Amino acid sequence: MSHWIILPVILPAILAPFIVLAARHHIGIQRTLAVAGVAALIGIAAALAWQAADGTITIYQLGDWAAPFGIVLVADRLSTLMVLLTATLGLFVLLYAIGSGWDERGRHFHALFQFQLMGLMGAFLTGDLFNLFVFFEVLLIASYGLMIHSGGAVRLRAGVQYVLYNLLGSTLFLFALGALYAETGTLNMADLAVRIAQIDMGGTVGIRVAAVLLLLVFAVKAAVVPLHFWLPSSYAEAPGPVAALFAIMTKVGAYAIIRVYTLIFPPDLAATAGLYGLWLLPAALISVAIGMIGVLAARRLDRLVAYATIGSMGMVMVAISLFTPEGIAAALYYILHSTLSAATLFLIADLVRTGRGSMALRATAPMSGAALTAGMFFAAAIAMVGLPPLSGFVGKLLILDAAVASPLVVWIWAVVLGTSLICLVGFSRAGSVLFWKADAVQNPEVAVMPPAPSALAYVAVGGLLALMVALTVFAGPVYRHSTAIAAQLFDPAPYIGVVLDTPGKLSGDGAGDDAGHAEADKQESEDH
Amino acid sequence: MELLVASAIGILTSAGLYLMLRLRTFPVIMGISLLTYAVNVFLFASGRLTVGAPPILGDADIYTDPLPQALVLTAIVISFGMTAVAVMMALGSYLGADDDRVNDPANDPEDVT
Repeated sequence: MSHWIILPVILPAILAPFIVLAARHHIGIQRTLAVAGVAALIGIAAALAWQAADGTITIYQLGDWAAPFGIVLVADRLSTLMVLLTATLGLFVLLYAIGSGWDERGRHFHALFQFQLMGLMGAFLTGDLFNLFVFFEVLLIASYGLMIHSGGAVRLRAGVQYVLYNLLGSTLFLFALGALYAETGTLNMADLAVRIAQIDMGGTVGIRVAAVLLLLVFAVKAAVVPLHFWLPSSYAEAPGPVAALFAIMTKVGAYAIIRVYTLIFPPDLAATAGLYGLWLLPAALISVAIGMIGVLAARRLDRLVAYATIGSMGMVMVAISLFTPEGIAAALYYILHSTLSAATLFLIADLVRTGRGSMALRATAPMSGAALTAGMFFAAAIAMVGLPPLSGFVGKLLILDAAVASPLVVWIWAVVLGTSLICLVGFSRAGSVLFWKADAVQNPEVAVMPPAPSALAYVAVGGLLALMVALTVFAGPVYRHSTAIAAQLFDPAPYIGVVLDTPGKLSGDGAGDDAGHAEADKQESEDH
Repeated sequence: MELLVASAIGILTSAGLYLMLRLRTFPVIMGISLLTYAVNVFLFASGRLTVGAPPILGDADIYTDPLPQALVLTAIVISFGMTAVAVMMALGSYLGADDDRVNDPANDPEDVT
């Protein structure tokens, strides 16, 4: 059994306490450790993604206990892609936090950052629904700390809303898990897939309730309308680099929906048929519309970017809710694009705040380093709106193309194209007010120019932009890979086989077959 | 017993939701606590209700499903931690903003042009 799969979880889990305990007075050592840790994570993630690229599914049994009663981590194409994306985003965000000095404005930034990464990695790799809940909590509790990093009354209040919303989501998640366990007697994803397929039409009420509850929980995480209310304040008030890291958090919701609704409740399952087409797709379309209208209505740059995040998350959900291999492949490409572009925009918004001292969309005197920031904003806005030539355009094209087969194709095309126009107007207005009108302001409001952000901050934003350019240039290979991921997701038999048939401790005597609650395995169940 | 447990879960949930809708930090935190109690009882019930049976395999003929007990144990620990975090942040927000409302203030200072 290869131990590489658990390293993305273990490495930050070891590094974070070490940073708190041994290096809490030395920001230099903290930074070195954090950057080295994330760089190592990228290496591990790339190796895992390489290993999974040919369709291999690798399993890691914690404590050598076999599924379904032991905890398993599973690395397939989808989870390794998300792990690699998280690690890469983590590096650039960390560089920005160091370059802009955000990590010095409160305590324990680096430790919380590592815990956040640990939760994200675990959520992507786990093969067990209860463990998904646990990792959700790990990443949330770290995000609470990051969210209120460096304090302030407004940020704390936004933080309280964020915490309460997520606590409600967690409670809902537990209700869903309870309902699912009561119906099936297992929480391992592969085992659930097998058992739910066996349930006849008479006993599906509990399953349907659980499926809807789970969808609600993940929709809260993914900020799908009408469960998006937590996002604008939280993301706008969070420190810039933290908001940029949070760009991946909404994708956790999208990932969980893809995983659970291809594996456990596949589209052809009678018990939950029509859930996506009937409910998720309209909600996703409304999310796109509300997000983009919010872009137009925002009076502050950080709110504008937060609403753009809702819109682009809605776009991801539109593609997911088609639930065809083409739709999922397009969604995965758009997830990559949306994470990078939202993170870039949040970092640029922070650059603007540093330069002007305010996020309000009104003209003030030109800020230091305006030309470079304006250029970056221009590029990132093009990507987010979805104009050619950047990756947003490719992503939207893929989604439009995948939507052709859907009965709601007219609606999808109308909403996607119409909102792109609204979004374009919103971003053009923001950009012209922030950067062009600045030259016309005669008497500067600020007598002393704030210092320009350090070069490292620009390097981090530039790096993310370069990744987006790469995503555009290599759109062909990336799309081929996401098609391969979708193909693997729509053929869950190998996944189920690997998870359930890999023998572990105490499974030599034939336990681990489908004998229900196998006696010896039973005592060692979930983690405590 | 089923009726008793089900109505307990229902009452706890509705009381929790009512308190959450008060939009003041202290009632909201109380509401969250009630909701977590409700969900913990619900998790117990998900393993079927059995009276007087141990949650372990042994000589006894009847045993109650031990897995929900493990789930509840984890859930209790997590919800305690989360409630503590929420209380700390609510306290900070109350001391900083001098009122205990959960919703955003009507006027964001930077919004005024």
